[in-house]
Amino acid sequence: MRHVAVALLALAFAAPAAGSELRPTAAELESELVCPVCETTLDTSDAPVARRMKAFIRARIAAGDTKSQIKAQLVDQFGTPVLAVPPRKGFDLIAWILPLAGLGAGVVAVGALAWRWSRVRGSPAAGGEGEPLDPVLERRLDDELERYE
Amino acid sequence: MIARLRLGAQVAAVAVVAALLGLLIWKVAQGESEVTAELARGGTPAAPPFTLERLDGKGDLAIESLRGKTVVLNFWASWCGPCRDEMPLLQQGSERWKDRNVVFVGIDIDDLRSDARSFLERFGVTYVNVYDGKSSTVGRYGATGVPETYFIDADGRIRWRIAGPVEEAADLDEGIERTLQARP
Repeated sequence: MRHVAVALLALAFAAPAAGSELRPTAAELESELVCPVCETTLDTSDAPVARRMKAFIRARIAAGDTKSQIKAQLVDQFGTPVLAVPPRKGFDLIAWILPLAGLGAGVVAVGALAWRWSRVRGSPAAGGEGEPLDPVLERRLDDELERYE
Repeated sequence: MIARLRLGAQVAAVAVVAALLGLLIWKVAQGESEVTAELARGGTPAAPPFTLERLDGKGDLAIESLRGKTVVLNFWASWCGPCRDEMPLLQQGSERWKDRNVVFVGIDIDDLRSDARSFLERFGVTYVNVYDGKSSTVGRYGATGVPETYFIDADGRIRWRIAGPVEEAADLDEGIERTLQARP
């Protein structure tokens, strides 16, 4: 039963993805491709070359090309900078690795700082609970407390 | 332990800042084309080499293969209005100068191949045109946009440039004459 549920869930997510690949819409492709002149996504660009690329996309969709095929044809002509999301290979991999490396470095730095602060706060020099009071001070404190009782 | 950790973090921070600075310097250096700088000083920079696919489907063209000829190199794109305006002048110029060992070459940039081919057909362009959809040549030549035209002498040195459209045949002829006269 559990396996069937998992399979159904997987199918529910996979079906739209496959549909998008086989029957892409112009709107989704325009949001995933970049105008080479103005360097914004096609859906936000009205540059002449962007208009021509939009016309190309519509023509290829009408011809029955898949999303990957349309993207491949544009990459062949304009290079990988035409993709809003860079491919996960070659030099473009840096765009994926650097943010993750930065995030990892941040987590390590925060962890190290937290560890350091916890050690400083727990040390006797910082006035923790285990620190014994000066006997003179202790006696004075007791006297003061007795006076208020 | 903490001191070592702090030192490590400081070294890493300095390294990151140095790397970003290096990247910035590299980017600025890339942006400034040697060709543009040398032309501005009145020099004659060497035409940056390239090998690009011909739009007529007859293989590739290497600009170095045109040594010994005067080359009029025109950057254009089919979606560019001023490029449409100047194209008849360039075609006429190529015919007018072909017997003087002058070759016209067009570089189509930031464009769809199919659009570029239709454009050439519509304007009846017969001189050779190459396709540079990725604009790999633009930065090296220091072209600021399209159209832009470079005049290269027989030794492969840039002698003259028209930034923007060629508006009259006389402008084209002047660039070619200057380049021919400069020939050693």
